[in-house]
Amino acid sequence: MKILMLGWELPPHNSGGLGVACYHLSKALALEGASIDFVLPYAAQHPNVEFMKIHSATRLGPLERYGLGAYESSAAGVDSAESQGLGDIRGVQQRYVAFTEKFVKNNKPDAIHAHDWLTLEAGMRAKQLTGAPLIAHVHATEFDRAGAMAGNPLVHEIEYEGLMMADRIIAVSNITKNLIIERYNIPADKIEVVYNAVDPASFGNHDYNERTYCYLETLKNEGFTVVAALTRFTVQKGLTHLIKAAARACQKYDKLVFLLAGDGEQRDELIRLSADLGIADKVVFTGFVRGQQWRDAYSVADIFVMSSVSEPFGLTALEAAHYNSALIITKQSGVGELLHNIFRYDYWDTEVLADQIIGIATSPSLAASLKENIRHEYATLSWSDVARDCMQLYTRAGRRLQV
Amino acid sequence: MSKRGIVLYLHVHQPWRVRKYSIFDTAENHDYFDEADQHSDRNNEKIMRKVAKKSYRPMNELLEKLLAKHPNFKISLSITGTFIEQAEKWAPDVLQSFQRLVATGRVEIVSETYYHSLAYFYSLEEFERQVRMHRKKIYELFGVETAVFRNTELAYNDSLAKWADEYGFKGILAEGWDPILEWRSANYVYRPPNTQNIRLLLKNYRLSDDLAFRFSDKQWHGYPLSANTYTDWLNGSADNGPVVNLFMDYETFGEHQWADTGIFSFFEGFVAQWLAREDNTFYTASEAIDVFLPQGELSMPDTVTWADTERDLSAWLGNSMQQEALKYLYALEDDIVCSGDLQLITDWRKLQTSDHVYYMCTKWFRDGDVHAYFSPYDSPYDAFLYFMNAIRDLRYRLLSERKGGLHG
Repeated sequence: MKILMLGWELPPHNSGGLGVACYHLSKALALEGASIDFVLPYAAQHPNVEFMKIHSATRLGPLERYGLGAYESSAAGVDSAESQGLGDIRGVQQRYVAFTEKFVKNNKPDAIHAHDWLTLEAGMRAKQLTGAPLIAHVHATEFDRAGAMAGNPLVHEIEYEGLMMADRIIAVSNITKNLIIERYNIPADKIEVVYNAVDPASFGNHDYNERTYCYLETLKNEGFTVVAALTRFTVQKGLTHLIKAAARACQKYDKLVFLLAGDGEQRDELIRLSADLGIADKVVFTGFVRGQQWRDAYSVADIFVMSSVSEPFGLTALEAAHYNSALIITKQSGVGELLHNIFRYDYWDTEVLADQIIGIATSPSLAASLKENIRHEYATLSWSDVARDCMQLYTRAGRRLQV
Repeated sequence: MSKRGIVLYLHVHQPWRVRKYSIFDTAENHDYFDEADQHSDRNNEKIMRKVAKKSYRPMNELLEKLLAKHPNFKISLSITGTFIEQAEKWAPDVLQSFQRLVATGRVEIVSETYYHSLAYFYSLEEFERQVRMHRKKIYELFGVETAVFRNTELAYNDSLAKWADEYGFKGILAEGWDPILEWRSANYVYRPPNTQNIRLLLKNYRLSDDLAFRFSDKQWHGYPLSANTYTDWLNGSADNGPVVNLFMDYETFGEHQWADTGIFSFFEGFVAQWLAREDNTFYTASEAIDVFLPQGELSMPDTVTWADTERDLSAWLGNSMQQEALKYLYALEDDIVCSGDLQLITDWRKLQTSDHVYYMCTKWFRDGDVHAYFSPYDSPYDAFLYFMNAIRDLRYRLLSERKGGLHG
């Protein structure tokens, strides 16, 4: 089966989970016998992609594909796309569409698999030109990226059009599925939930260096519990609620330290909030981290909190499970739907979160069984299951079109 | 009848700025004050060398010249311990020139906390230790005993005056702030309430700030200020009260106001013109107290400082980050002092310097007026994070020492 895969990034040039998911999905599909043409908006070397053919729609470098960073939480407003900083990215998208149009003339696929709004226009054009079924894979919508704000109307429009035109829609969680139904008025039976998986082999042989977070290791030796969040500091991630819960928890039990790894526009607010609440010495800010410091942050953590207000999936929770943390995940995060051995809370419910943190911190057996069980659980998730779901979906979508 | 006089008091200070000290340094490196980046404004050596060149050397040279030329020219200086340490390391000639100034007998050294700290508001014991340290250092370096006290940032209240009185100081310096003075003038010597001997000298903030803040401000109606005009203003002020107290940062000369503003020649000219009148002179702080009887009692129950329109401690303790930072720092006092570890104690004290919390000030940061507060950090939040990591490291060092003790 020939698949035209329309994506915006692949490792090592990815800015987030989207590229990781696309890579593992494609690899697993290839093992299922799919022949994949993967179109990228930029030109660069990608190691370990011999299982598919990569096509560069432009000669831009990987860092130029976002223009001014439209994949970050986008600005609210009703101005034209250009004045909102979409000018560059719209240009890249147009060239991406043009390339795809040309490509499908001589390469008719059996199915078109487009990831998120960035490639949906190209997906629609390819469908028009070839009659092949379009599968829209929704990793995040503009509602997720914009948080409490309205989001960019142009992006909403492209998403709406693409979701209407698609023959089948893949949502990465029920949260995303429901959002597509409610906010874009798409019939539920057109949408299938296919969770992401995790490939433990991709983590490589990470040697934890105890000296990276030497201070936190010292605290752990003194009986402290390290609670970590590794994320971008944006409103969407719900970190203010986490800090409030931290303050609440410290009132009852103070052998806690909170590691906030990452950076983002909310950083100063979070620093100030921790000082306002009198727990500034309990909250450690790392600044932007990558590589060893990033992975070691998972390793040093006893408890990993995903505090997102809205998270379509949340791959980092699975990474945290790999590195042996107990997980606390908001009910508003998709990854929570798929896991059982975790604590859940509503993102605003700081009382419950504080209680869960103290519960794990004060019960070694609870902490141990959470860590142990989540490790087993995440190990059963596999990209080949995801790929098999997709293969069935391609076939069904193709059949439906022929009727 | 006594001559009318100026008490010119200059404050000489450099803090030990904390480097970019991350959580990854914490418990690993204890070199909080050693910024590796040669070009950073957190690099203490770079700043010391720069200010020595721009301010300390040319100004001391000018002061020596004026002392030689005018027998009635006198000044008072407060020189912090943290400045002296850095000058010993990177500009020993500057210290020697200060020694020459003091040796003239017409330059008084004013007492203060060695570390330019706000310890008075947190720990009287630690405060007194730092006052003693400073007096000792001053005696070693200059061979003089201090007699007049000034607290960090001129932070003053009645209870501090009572403390200084009991400690044996003859004088203390404070801001001459209108809401406190009401109808009274700053140009008199006052007596703080509930004290025996001590006298209070008040900064004439208008005439002081004309130099310290406004001298090179092109928007100011007084710009450009000539020595003539300024001397006229001083003479006018002295008609209303015999002592004009000009208190300001030493670094006004050459650093806050660069040489190309004309500040040095202005200064030389104003000293000469002021002394041109027979009934004008300069006094050291101690002399002014000896010469003039107190005009009355003046009470300041609440703390007054020399900063901002509020004249309170809000530039240092106004936000929760500043309050938290000093709360954690002073909470370590007993453990640190008892540790007997001199390096640890010294590092803890260097962190008490008020500049550290000043860098965390957000009063005007939100209005975008970032430059209202000079800071070597990207933001008050960065200053806070590095400082907090340094406190964490102090805790770590305390902990590891206790462990060391347990294992013999």
